[in-house]
Amino acid sequence: MSTIRLVAVGTSWGGLEALGRLLSGLQPGFGAALVVVQHRSAATPEGAMRAYLAERSPLAVVDCDDKEPIQPGRVHLAPPDYHLLVDDGLVTLSLDAPVAYSRPSVDVLFESAADSYGSEMVAVVLTGANTDGSRGVVKVHQAGGRVLVQDPAEAERPEMPAAAIATGAAHEVLDLRHLAIRLNELDRSL
Amino acid sequence: MARDALEDLELRLLLEGIYQRYGYDFREYARSSIRRRVWRRVAEENLQTISGLQERILHEPACMDRLLLDLSVSVTSMFRDPGFFLALRQKVVPILRTYPFIRVWNAGCATGEETLSLAILLHEEGLGDRVRIYATDINKDVVDRARRGVFPLERMRDYTSNYISSGGRTAFSDYYKAVGEVAHFDPDLIENVVFAQHNLVSDADFNEFHLVVCRNVMIYFDRPLQDKVVGLMHRSLTRFGVLALGQKESLRFSTYAGDFEELDAREKIYRRLS
Repeated sequence: MSTIRLVAVGTSWGGLEALGRLLSGLQPGFGAALVVVQHRSAATPEGAMRAYLAERSPLAVVDCDDKEPIQPGRVHLAPPDYHLLVDDGLVTLSLDAPVAYSRPSVDVLFESAADSYGSEMVAVVLTGANTDGSRGVVKVHQAGGRVLVQDPAEAERPEMPAAAIATGAAHEVLDLRHLAIRLNELDRSL
Repeated sequence: MARDALEDLELRLLLEGIYQRYGYDFREYARSSIRRRVWRRVAEENLQTISGLQERILHEPACMDRLLLDLSVSVTSMFRDPGFFLALRQKVVPILRTYPFIRVWNAGCATGEETLSLAILLHEEGLGDRVRIYATDINKDVVDRARRGVFPLERMRDYTSNYISSGGRTAFSDYYKAVGEVAHFDPDLIENVVFAQHNLVSDADFNEFHLVVCRNVMIYFDRPLQDKVVGLMHRSLTRFGVLALGQKESLRFSTYAGDFEELDAREKIYRRLS
């Protein structure tokens, strides 16, 4: 079984609550790093999302500055209005134009993560009302990474998970509770 | 050789080729973001590979110009991050007031939106007559555009709202004349601005400044290059001079972290210590 070092999560509409539930299901001592892109407005109060997730997550949650080190067992949040890319071991931000109307873009995260982490990563697509992430999951799949998608029937908005599934790149489609269990299993295989 | 290793080799050869042929040094740009930008140029040129782009760039300077635009311009706006400009007014202007003559360096000025915002702010704070702003960018064409002080009229609604949130003291529309689809800004505002081409990666420091504003430029650099450029800024600042970075850029990770103190932690405004 392959070892995973990075879990990249992308979500949009309804994502905050879904993320809270996903993170609350992770085991303390979870060893891989998580990097999260959630579409959100720059007008949201600074730190509100981090505080909400930190209350629910057994893992530390941080807002990322440029070149933030990606640390095992920590949840790294993309800031609003920047793309977040990963180089091996750290975060790089960019102000390039929005991709499919989104900045941060889930595709940008997934594609850059696939380049740096390849088979050592898992991409997770959660609820959202657009198709961001569907190009990215194809790249992750091609690079040997695993693709997990939230069951559209359970998602607050099914479009984003459905678009990811439609690419044929999804390895597993699970509800939030089972997504967390699956991530714990993949992490334990380390 | 694996596909991604081959791609990485092509990218390194391209950047080396550009450096040797044109002197632009992108070799220490952050790999993930430059890779995206290069691939976008590959697609725009209807090419298939980075090697294909390399051939065209080495043989057609016009193609290099197009890539240079991709690599040097990012989307910007006037009074972007109003909280930053408010912090400048409240925390930095009082420091600048103590100097008889003030030199400001706006490094990576791109098309000039930020430079003009700085000029307006300093004018409103009564410092317009004793300040000189040096606005520089790697790209000569972009600097020429900045010098014109002309921006799309359709952006003025957003800029006005930013201006008001940033503590603006008058009606934003006082500063420009609408001519057709564009807004011409009052030339007096940039009378004391020196626009020039300057490459942060390869050019030396050229003056001593009380304030250096370099926002969202270094995010495209890798960590070692960021250190070099922060070193350049450090050398370019007077003792207790102020360095303003983008909201998500931090000196925490820099080897120069100990040489600066925070003036505003949220807005990433620092002051040179030693």
